[in-house]
Amino acid sequence: MSAADSFDLVVIGAGPGGYVAAIRAGQLGLKTAIVEREALGGICLNWGCIPTKALLRSGEMFEALDHLGALGLSVEGRAYDFDSVIQRSRKVAQQLSAGVAFLMKKHKATVIEGSASLEPGSGARGVKIALKAGGERRIAAQNVILATGARARELPSIGLAGDGDRIWTYRDAMVPKAAPKSLLVIGSGAIGIEFASFYRALGAEVTVVEALPRILPQEDEEISAAAQTAFERRGLGFRVGATVKSLTKSKAGVVAQVEVDGKPESLEAERAIVAVGIAANIEGLGVEALGLKLERGHVAVDGHGGTNVPGLYAIGDVAGPPWLAHKAMHEAVHCVEHIAGVAGPRSLSPVPGCTYSTPQVASVGLTEVQAKAQGRKVKVGRFPFRVNGKAIAAGETTGLVKTLFDAETGALLGAHMLGAEVTEMIQGFALAMTLEATEAEIFATIFPHPTLSEVMHEAALAAYDRPLHI
Amino acid sequence: MTIDVLMPALSPTMEEGTLAKWLVKVGDTVRSGDVIAEIETDKATMELEAVDEGVVDSLLVPEGAEGVKINTPIARLAGGVAQTPSGAASPAAGASPASAPIQMTAAAPPPAPIQMIAAAPPPAPTAGAMPGKPSGSRLAASPLARRVASRAGIMLETLTGSGPHGRIILRDVEAAIARGGGAPSAPAKPPGATARPITLEQRGIAPGSYDLVPLDGMKKTIARRMTESFRDVPHFPLTVDIEIDALLAARAQINALAASPDSKVSVNDLIIKAAAAALVREPDANASYTDEGIARHHHADIAVAVAIDGGLITPIIRSADLKSLSVISTEMRDLAARARGRKLKPEEYQGGTFSISNLGMFGIRSFASILNEPQGCILSVGAGEKRPVVRGEDIVIASLMTVTLTCDHRVVDGAIGARWLVAFKNLIEHPVAMLA
Repeated sequence: MSAADSFDLVVIGAGPGGYVAAIRAGQLGLKTAIVEREALGGICLNWGCIPTKALLRSGEMFEALDHLGALGLSVEGRAYDFDSVIQRSRKVAQQLSAGVAFLMKKHKATVIEGSASLEPGSGARGVKIALKAGGERRIAAQNVILATGARARELPSIGLAGDGDRIWTYRDAMVPKAAPKSLLVIGSGAIGIEFASFYRALGAEVTVVEALPRILPQEDEEISAAAQTAFERRGLGFRVGATVKSLTKSKAGVVAQVEVDGKPESLEAERAIVAVGIAANIEGLGVEALGLKLERGHVAVDGHGGTNVPGLYAIGDVAGPPWLAHKAMHEAVHCVEHIAGVAGPRSLSPVPGCTYSTPQVASVGLTEVQAKAQGRKVKVGRFPFRVNGKAIAAGETTGLVKTLFDAETGALLGAHMLGAEVTEMIQGFALAMTLEATEAEIFATIFPHPTLSEVMHEAALAAYDRPLHI
Repeated sequence: MTIDVLMPALSPTMEEGTLAKWLVKVGDTVRSGDVIAEIETDKATMELEAVDEGVVDSLLVPEGAEGVKINTPIARLAGGVAQTPSGAASPAAGASPASAPIQMTAAAPPPAPIQMIAAAPPPAPTAGAMPGKPSGSRLAASPLARRVASRAGIMLETLTGSGPHGRIILRDVEAAIARGGGAPSAPAKPPGATARPITLEQRGIAPGSYDLVPLDGMKKTIARRMTESFRDVPHFPLTVDIEIDALLAARAQINALAASPDSKVSVNDLIIKAAAAALVREPDANASYTDEGIARHHHADIAVAVAIDGGLITPIIRSADLKSLSVISTEMRDLAARARGRKLKPEEYQGGTFSISNLGMFGIRSFASILNEPQGCILSVGAGEKRPVVRGEDIVIASLMTVTLTCDHRVVDGAIGARWLVAFKNLIEHPVAMLA
């Protein structure tokens, strides 16, 4: 094998985990190849985080027109061109994917378009790539990082599988020909709620079906409840504690047979979106022959992304939850630094979670139930947006911030937010937790006035019974 | 008002200490940072600095007092302005901004900030205020780590930070508490001491037929740790003979080119370097047993036993795997000199990952050391000497040394230990490989 085919590091998958790994490896002087079977940027840039934010922006702006009267404004003849909305979202994705290509070039990573698999009997040292352009290429690797991500989980036995026509996965839901008049969303995690929020903004009758007793089940219970109320005010419908027995096509659209409290119910709509979780992409990589250890469907890893196969690492969605791009990027940097032998102490920063609905949801750290389950005595602070000056002025009074402190040490255990722009503000609490701030440092921090972020300060003060403006 | 100066916990394992020497007397004025006493702990003699200012009102513990429990008042300062721990400032800060700004401008002119500070009563010293260095100055520690450490009575100075830039974070403090570094509620008797129910007299040794030398802190610590290790750790020795002619030649070559006598390296320095390199080649041997799992260390922190007056101590060459021979040599010379003066800081002798004990200078041929918990291995190095060696059908003379690796079988089983010894032997017999 020639030197051109021998690499210090081969990254499989060019999503947010993979391409960040390649950038960091380039910075550290590792000779790196990155293999991508579809498009640079992976799901995040092409079919996930980014294009959905473009869609949501169109939706939010359109829905905001409904409330212009309250601001003393009026507009006539409002309408949307669905095709343009979708096209803009695709252009945004293309622009960013091209940006990743530039970053790969800048950091001297060799991009190979094709599907990679690890050669049997080689440890993780031989990688075979079925090239997109046809043919095959074999390369040698000192280390391999699996960053192959995940896809929508489907349950075909009960009809929860995309058909590209009336039953959509997230991917279909991003490029339909027309906006549906009515929509069933199966699953109320971040992905389901964002699509529900978007299509509702464009005027669809949307019903969200959730098997668990509350929506956004990964969030704090109070936030789930407050979010449901806020969404219902926008006209979204919810069936919680509802088990889907089947999803089938009908003459007009789709029909879901669900069971709520033991009673059967039938829900009809023009279209349905299946958002019942995701499944790791581990097929076709040749990892079975290497004896790669899995754990509940994803690759089992140690604190540095290391697997049970020497030289083979895994990061991001394929290495398990939470399935979030920023978690993948964070793991990418640490994993590559570990491979290069320059890793610092492993960060204990908690992973924030964001849902870009209207209103937005953001959280970091433990929920109240989780904190109490750990046997901690907690102090809980709550503060609503409705008394915040900036929120009133901007007409964004929906929502609240909830903080949890350890009653013994004053450690910030978790923060939970519902309201406008909270996804932009949650990093303040994440930073506080990473720096191991106590309530005293948060109290002592000067929050600019007037801003929505003052609600964060007040929610911390409220945990110690000393909020100022309520 | 008076301020009590308390016996500090100068290391995570310290439960009590000896007040070796007072450096102030009643009536002296003390400023923050002044050294006021020397405290002898289980491992070292350390200086105690004042945190507070004032005049020494009384010395509560006489010079030479042994077994002074930590947090016992040892002196009293009068009339000073106490420095409060940083965390205590929040109540005062919270009192002022409560009124809305708009009222402030309408009412009487707000009091100047300086008056507000003067008017506030000086905060009372916290009962548990810790003597020692003010923790705010040089130490990087998270607010949460400071608070939890302060409540557990742990001096941050005794901890090694595992956060970015060595910042002390919560997990470091929690680890210290788990190690028993917290303020002891009722200090348990050292396990080593309990197994001594029979007096010497009962064993037929008449009183008066011997002198009794009291146990100092170091002796007590050695007794306890060695008893625990030998009794609790399932250990076994592995012994191998190694030819050292090539090593001696390499050393002679290095030293012939040395810039000054101070930059000459010893055989022991080469052994440290080779041990670290062997740990890189056989990382399974660089490990510690814990109930939660096997801790595989990222670097080879080599502890080297140094005999000193009244016991021994093991200063550590940190990350010896990353250091050049000359750096190891220079550090070792400095550490050994300060060890003999009992001037090592706790972080310089606590927390190695592998130990070396060398009794070659006494002509000892081979011995098996007791493990230094929680390290997985300790290497015992015997004397280098000329011995007859069978080579093919001939008997020739070669320089050999015998080394023994004692292994904690819970982490290092026979094959791992043997592989490490093979790697070590190869490096000693082919010292040029250490350059690789």
